[in-house]
Amino acid sequence: MFEIFQYDFMINALIASILASVAFGIVGSYVVVKRIVFISGGISHTAYGGIGLGFLLGFNPIYGALLFSIIAALFISYMRKQTKQYEDTLIGIMWAFGMALGVIFINLSPGYAPNLMSYLFGNILTIPTSDIYLMLFLDITIVLMVFFFFNQFQAITFDEEFAYTIGLPVDLLYTVLLLMTALTTVLLIKLVGIILVIALLSIPAAIGIKYVSSLKHLMIVSVLLGIVFNVVGLLFSYYLNLASGATIIMISIIGYFISALYSKMRA
Amino acid sequence: MENKNLPAIEINNLSFSFQDQLVLDNINLTIRNKEFIGIIGPNGGGKTTLLKILLGLLKPNKGEVKIFGKSPAKNLKYLGYVPQYSNFDKSYPISVHDVVLMGMLGRTGFGTPLKKENPKVAEVLEKVELTPIINKQIGELSGGQLQRVLIARALISNPNILLLDEPTASIDSKSGKSFYDLLQSLNDDMTIVLVSHDIGAISRFVKKIACLNKTLIYHDSKEISVEMIEATYHCPVDLIAHGVPHRVLDESEHSH
Ligand SMILES: Nc1ncnc2c1ncn2[C@@H]1O[C@H](COP(=O)(O)OP(=O)(O)O)[C@@H](O)[C@H]1O
Ligand SMILES: [Mg+2]
Repeated sequence: MFEIFQYDFMINALIASILASVAFGIVGSYVVVKRIVFISGGISHTAYGGIGLGFLLGFNPIYGALLFSIIAALFISYMRKQTKQYEDTLIGIMWAFGMALGVIFINLSPGYAPNLMSYLFGNILTIPTSDIYLMLFLDITIVLMVFFFFNQFQAITFDEEFAYTIGLPVDLLYTVLLLMTALTTVLLIKLVGIILVIALLSIPAAIGIKYVSSLKHLMIVSVLLGIVFNVVGLLFSYYLNLASGATIIMISIIGYFISALYSKMRA
Repeated sequence: MENKNLPAIEINNLSFSFQDQLVLDNINLTIRNKEFIGIIGPNGGGKTTLLKILLGLLKPNKGEVKIFGKSPAKNLKYLGYVPQYSNFDKSYPISVHDVVLMGMLGRTGFGTPLKKENPKVAEVLEKVELTPIINKQIGELSGGQLQRVLIARALISNPNILLLDEPTASIDSKSGKSFYDLLQSLNDDMTIVLVSHDIGAISRFVKKIACLNKTLIYHDSKEISVEMIEATYHCPVDLIAHGVPHRVLDESEHSH
């Protein structure tokens, strides 16, 4: 069965899925315990505007996605400080705005209509080596941040108000956390696409949280689960000739239900 | 301590609104060092809001608060916050040890990792009598135990003022030193402010009582009159305290 690895694109896909699993296992753990899955969805969907911009102006759309998701993350953390009201409404508006902007930018792009399916639903088989380096760089950034500031991030995700009262720079930490979420979702776009990103960010940690006793363990378990889901999904998509992003998500969801059944039976 | 003669907490003409809703109306209150004061009032009366202003989490619209003479932001190190335990997400994967250790984070330099085995954790857990459950998950704790964990987390940074929000869960703890004794012994070296909607539960503990329902009524004593309670709760006293006689609240044993 390993003949599939004679293809460079398969090797790239494999490396990409492992690299992405590291980022989304770590960041996904924070996203799940802090319950900011919806916010992450807003950040990743806004990125679509940047993809459109990339096509319109002729640069790599992934950089456009990066730019837009960073702006989205900064906007959310700024807005949160201003008013706690209607936060979810504003995120919903930003979400739709990014998507609409992307569509319009692409309409305005000269020449042929680009294949957007791979951005919306992902296509891990088309990942170029340059994107792998980008992923590696983002991974290293995230791992270093969490290595040095693990306790600080834990404090703000566990009890934000208490974190303020002991003098932690909560707003800064929260902004950095959202920026890491933005980077991670962009990493994942090529893998599973904008629409499915939230699932891959949250499912491994949502499974893991039932079995672990610390945030550190949750991160490790989530990374490993992410790798398993990606690799299994990749194999299935190759042999059954299915879209890779959707297959990976299906495998993750099946994993989620198996775990849910298992904990029901144990209880 | 910078100046022991300064009041621990000073609130001058404080008003606060959430959007259009006036929640605190011209509050004045001075709490001296080492006092033990209970603030009672109905749900929605503004007790949690007042604590958050004392902690600098919310900014007053009018007036000011001082912690040992300075703004809360400047004197955060004197404050220990014990939030309402029932608001906690008990599914968060974290042990008792790590929650308590969190209280030390503000004292380390930014980005300095905490030492895993910190002797201070054992010390404060001993104080709240939770030594045996140091490695438990917070999801496995009773409400009263979680409450004590949160107290330990506040104590680990040696605050001078302890602010407790609705700490009524541990009051019925059956084993060991009572919650009352714990607070009494803490009061030997720190100021305690405790807020609760439950008059019966806190009147046994505190040395002074204020009533808060948007406005604050306080006579610098433990005496609260039927008029104070009625003004605070906007309903006849016998509905809220089963006919508590006049000034019964300075006798500690009266709870239902
Ligand atoms: N974040 C908030 N936004 C808007 N209104 C709030 C907020 N927090 C509390 N309130 C309102 O302020 C009032 C006082 O609340 P609170 O201080 O929590 O009262 P208590 O702690 O005495 O029960 C209530 O009417 C409550 O609905
Ligand atoms: Mg309250």
